[in-house]
Amino acid sequence: MNSHQKWVAFDTILRREIRRFMRIWPQTLLPPVITIVLYFVIFGQLIGSRIGTMSGLPYIQFVAPGLIMMSVITNSYSNVVSSFFGSKFQRNIEELLVSPTPNWIILLGYVAGGMCRGLGVGSIVTLLSLYFADFSIHSLPVTIGIVLMTSLMFSLAVLINAIFAANFDDISIIPTFILTPLIYLGGVFYSIKILPEFWQIVSKANPMLYVVSTFREGMLGVSDVSISFSLGMILGFIFLLSGASLYLLEKGSGIRQ
Amino acid sequence: MTSNKQPALSIKNLTKVYDDSFKALKGIDLDVAQGDFFALLGPNGAGKSTTIGIICSLVRKTSGTVTIFGHDVDEDFSTAKQFVGVVPQEFNFNQFEKPIDILVAQAGYFGIKADVALQRAEKYLKQLGLWDRRSDLSRNLSGGMKRRLMIARALIHEPKLLVLDEPTAGVDIELRRSMWEFLQEINKQGTTIILTTHYLEEAESLCRNIAIIDHGTIVQNTSMKALLKELNRETFVLDIREELQVCPVVADYPITLVENHSIEVEVLKSQSINRLFASLSEQDIHVISMRNKTNRLEELFFDMVEKNLIEGDGEKNDE
Repeated sequence: MNSHQKWVAFDTILRREIRRFMRIWPQTLLPPVITIVLYFVIFGQLIGSRIGTMSGLPYIQFVAPGLIMMSVITNSYSNVVSSFFGSKFQRNIEELLVSPTPNWIILLGYVAGGMCRGLGVGSIVTLLSLYFADFSIHSLPVTIGIVLMTSLMFSLAVLINAIFAANFDDISIIPTFILTPLIYLGGVFYSIKILPEFWQIVSKANPMLYVVSTFREGMLGVSDVSISFSLGMILGFIFLLSGASLYLLEKGSGIRQ
Repeated sequence: MTSNKQPALSIKNLTKVYDDSFKALKGIDLDVAQGDFFALLGPNGAGKSTTIGIICSLVRKTSGTVTIFGHDVDEDFSTAKQFVGVVPQEFNFNQFEKPIDILVAQAGYFGIKADVALQRAEKYLKQLGLWDRRSDLSRNLSGGMKRRLMIARALIHEPKLLVLDEPTAGVDIELRRSMWEFLQEINKQGTTIILTTHYLEEAESLCRNIAIIDHGTIVQNTSMKALLKELNRETFVLDIREELQVCPVVADYPITLVENHSIEVEVLKSQSINRLFASLSEQDIHVISMRNKTNRLEELFFDMVEKNLIEGDGEKNDE
């Protein structure tokens, strides 16, 4: 396969992924938007007005970046896991496996599809959040950079989950028992500075804290953690997960007998 | 570049041991010449689908080599895969996509641009009678249509080697015949075809060469003509005008009474059927029609598989 053919193969996978989540938009795009609007109404306006300020910001303004990032993470994750596992379940992953498309193109195609959905939903939620809260972007490069990196990181992570998954239970275990608790305890709704010192230390072991705090730094200029450390850590995870995903695809784990 | 002398497919000492230690292939060798229409037959679990899976990179081999038009499937996988199209046994497309989208996407995976892919998709969907259903959800197609969709998909990158794993399973006789004609036509145009099937009549009428695989080993690999020559006896069903109460006896011709008006007779190739008829006539038994009990290839196939089973058991006992 020459470079042009590889580009065609990548473009085909990406278009197919985008077509998939656009075709079933009532399942993929609408629910996260409704959920986030409810968060804004309940935590931002109804309860938030009684909370006052957090890290020196009105509560609704404080939670907005976390809610946007939460939608980016969950949608990047959901897209790749449902699409890749769905392909395994229906066995149409074999269409790709019998083709000369290299594994790294397959990886890029699925990950780019996940990023498109994550960023698409993130953009809709960002526009909606402007209705509920006033804010201007503190640092555009940090904001855009962290969103792209986070979306990439979770799309890669979930591909590994989907590769190993043997049934539908396996693809819901990680989001339900690992991802959701880490997001909720990762500083979306509160600053870790309000926690006792011990729990602040424990919280710093949660990778979600770095993602959410860095995004909040990009948008609002406030953060609970060091930005350079966060970016370095996410970059490290991206390299690690890319290597692991590619290794598993090359090995054929879960997809070739 | 491929030379005409190179086999379309060459398999050397291929083995496959699955994770549960099951030995699906025990070192098979197989060559399929360019332009051939080749049958790979065997009972369920013999190793046919494993072999096809390895050729198409869906199954990882344990050892051995597989080359397609001289290109090793491991070392030169990109070129090797360009030469192969596969029609698997099970439906393996996204049932929520349209046939036209499935075909164009498959072409894309082979690096074919959308405009070329659309032209080819139209060509093959029309040839296979699916053009009118191109925009329906694939799940709404009938079983026969789904099989034809998989053939169109396998041809979209115009492979030189087409591998079909039981392509007519569950397809009605009329449609099966039209699929045979289609396959014969693309074979005439130069595409090498490897076919596995449980319909031995299908293999006999389509294929020029044949390999029989059983328990992970090739038990026969020859031309269809040579194989059929090996058949030294045939079983005929004779319909009798009179009602028979007892089974007639004719020396050297084993006869079984099936029903009152029907008998089965085993006839060796060296024996004359005239003598059988004459002898029945002497007993006032009049034959009104006659047919082969089974397809000729079927008789041979059962013989070989049975022989292999006995030898296999013998080996097991020796151990």
